[in-house]
Amino acid sequence: MKYVPDATADRKFEDDNTVDRVGVDGLLSELDEYAVEQALQFREKREGEEIEVTALCVGPEKAVDAVRKALQMGADKGVHVVDDAIAGSDSIATSLVLAKAIEKVGPADLVVCGMASTDGGMSVVPAMLAERLGLPQVTLASVVESQGDQVRVKRDNEGSTEVIGATLPLVLSVTDQSGEARYPSFKGIMAAKKKPLETYSLSDLGVDAGEVGLSVAWSQVEDTTARPPRTAGEIVTDEDGSGATALVEFLASKKFI
Amino acid sequence: MSEVLVVIDHADGAVKKPTLELLTIARRLGEPSAVFFGSPDKADAVAEKVKAYGAEKVYVVDDAEIKGYLVAPKAEALQQLAEQAQPAAILLPSSFENKEVAARLAIKIGSGLITDAVDVQEGPVTTQSVFAGNYTVQAKVTQGTPIITVKPNAAAPEEAAGAGAVEAFSATVSDAAKTAQVVATQPRESTGRPELTEAAIVVSGGRGTGGDFAPVEGFADSLGAAVGASRAAVDSGWMPHAFQVGQTGKTVSPQLYVANGISGAIQHRAGMQTSKVIVAVNKDEEAPIFELVDFGVVGDLHSVLPAATEQIAARKG
Ligand SMILES: Cc1cc2nc3c(=O)[nH]c(=O)nc-3n(C[C@H](O)[C@H](O)[C@@H](O)COP(=O)(O)OP(=O)(O)OC[C@H]3O[C@@H](n4cnc5c(N)ncnc54)[C@H](O)[C@@H]3O)c2cc1C
Ligand SMILES: Cc1cc2nc3c(=O)[nH]c(=O)nc-3n(C[C@H](O)[C@H](O)[C@H](O)COP(=O)(O)OP(=O)(O)OC[C@H]3O[C@@H](n4cnc5c(N)ncnc54)[C@H](O)[C@@H]3O)c2cc1C
Repeated sequence: MKYVPDATADRKFEDDNTVDRVGVDGLLSELDEYAVEQALQFREKREGEEIEVTALCVGPEKAVDAVRKALQMGADKGVHVVDDAIAGSDSIATSLVLAKAIEKVGPADLVVCGMASTDGGMSVVPAMLAERLGLPQVTLASVVESQGDQVRVKRDNEGSTEVIGATLPLVLSVTDQSGEARYPSFKGIMAAKKKPLETYSLSDLGVDAGEVGLSVAWSQVEDTTARPPRTAGEIVTDEDGSGATALVEFLASKKFI
Repeated sequence: MSEVLVVIDHADGAVKKPTLELLTIARRLGEPSAVFFGSPDKADAVAEKVKAYGAEKVYVVDDAEIKGYLVAPKAEALQQLAEQAQPAAILLPSSFENKEVAARLAIKIGSGLITDAVDVQEGPVTTQSVFAGNYTVQAKVTQGTPIITVKPNAAAPEEAAGAGAVEAFSATVSDAAKTAQVVATQPRESTGRPELTEAAIVVSGGRGTGGDFAPVEGFADSLGAAVGASRAAVDSGWMPHAFQVGQTGKTVSPQLYVANGISGAIQHRAGMQTSKVIVAVNKDEEAPIFELVDFGVVGDLHSVLPAATEQIAARKG
């Protein structure tokens, strides 16, 4: 799960064109709450089996808040990978660090991700993890079902609805259609304080600092420009059908009719 | 001049418009070679289409064996093709599937990846619109063969004669790539309206429709537009998820976007803010959507839209 700047706040870039992750309030990417939810449901549906849900986040110091949130929701254990050298990493390096962390904590039977982060929003990390870990990828699930080591998901594709099947272990990503994420209960919040939370640096994972970070990113942002504020448009109030007439006039003036 | 691989987006051999846009963009970077994953008996028709937009070569990868699996086989095939063709860049239309193909390919061939470009110029230098359209950034791939996924409407398709030489490419797909299987597919019923992500005009409805989409659909049809919806409308079951516009739905960038009974939450804006002209009908003059509009009507959509639809019909005679 990713720690991201709050989308409703004033998100900004630093002078080196990286995202300002300190000056803007951050939080657990909302789309990752659905991933946590699915992991918890997976555990709950398999009562009696020994299943441990680990919440994993790669991000700056403050990103530990995202891990805490997942622990409060019900995850058993937290892992936070933090290292100054990771700052400014592209998706390639991020997926490398995540894969190494999963290998260290794991082996995992199921790696659940959100469908996208709410900042970078590339939707590529789950596929990259599957590639790096050599696991099947089952992505963008709106309904998840499992029986034994078989997982079946339903998902919306461009022009169709599909059912995808694969065998554990696998990498799964879930959409915001997959089921409302639970809120942490008071009990959950109290219990989270006692749960194990480990912090790893790159050297703990055996990743060379020269493989990650801004200076070696395989793609580089060269320039960022804030969108100029839109010039205020014309707003009319509808009275006795005047709104429709004005609307049609406007569309005609722009040659849409 | 080096080849630029362009992955064709098509529905059973019918090439989609974003592919033609991509071929146009590819000509800025080198010699476009189109890559067709599909049935070889459709190859000639596909080649006919793409050569009119400058494709010098058309690689045909028979998908008989790979179409029942997710993403990984396509990434393997592209890796093998890239090794043979040594392209200057690899371009794919931005869809969730293509982004995942691109992701795996990037790792396989050791290349940087940029997704959701809204423009690509010589270099290649890409333009992306990020943070719900509040920032525009320029970026470059600095390692390997640039892999770039490009959003629809990033360029106007320009015709240019290419040789369109069809070349079969037989890819070897490993068993490891066939671990996630498509068990069933159910095609969605066509609405007869334009495809949401490709449409020049999109007319959307939100919670303010109260569940009655008829005024929205009628107005859309008078303009030949696609119909979209907010998540609130989708969550209420008024429209299928495929129609959702926004962060977790479709991103649209049409010439004209009309939001009806939609408040303008940041997640909705993320999917439509780059539209050229934005219009809203909302009965609350304080609705945040009005901050974005070129033209807004404060009023009830149930009276404004039907009246406007009638007037448009009258004008068209
Ligand atoms: C505006 C912006 C544009 C960017 N553009 C590019 C680009 O074009 N190319 C490029 O290579 N990089 C780019 N990056 C960097 C890239 O986003 C980050 O490297 C990265 O952490 C991957 O996140 P994502 O947003 O792409 O993840 P997505 O692929 O959208 O995320 C999917 C899921 O992966 C998991 N995940 C993602 N990141 C983490 C993490 N750090 N810790 C734990 N789980 C995680 C989460 O479950 C998430 O829901 C960009 C970043 C930003 C903010
Ligand atoms: C992780 C996440 C992802 C999300 N992804 C998306 C997404 O992809 N797309 C999306 O749209 N939302 C998304 N949302 C939801 C988003 O935050 C808003 O809740 C949603 O967009 C609200 O939809 P709405 O504007 O239709 O409804 P509301 O916010 O309830 O607005 C309804 C509007 O209709 C107006 N109205 C009411 N009656 C009438 C009438 N008779 N005539 C005219 N106007 C009327 C009201 O004044 C109001 O402005 C996401 C949220 C989260 C947390």
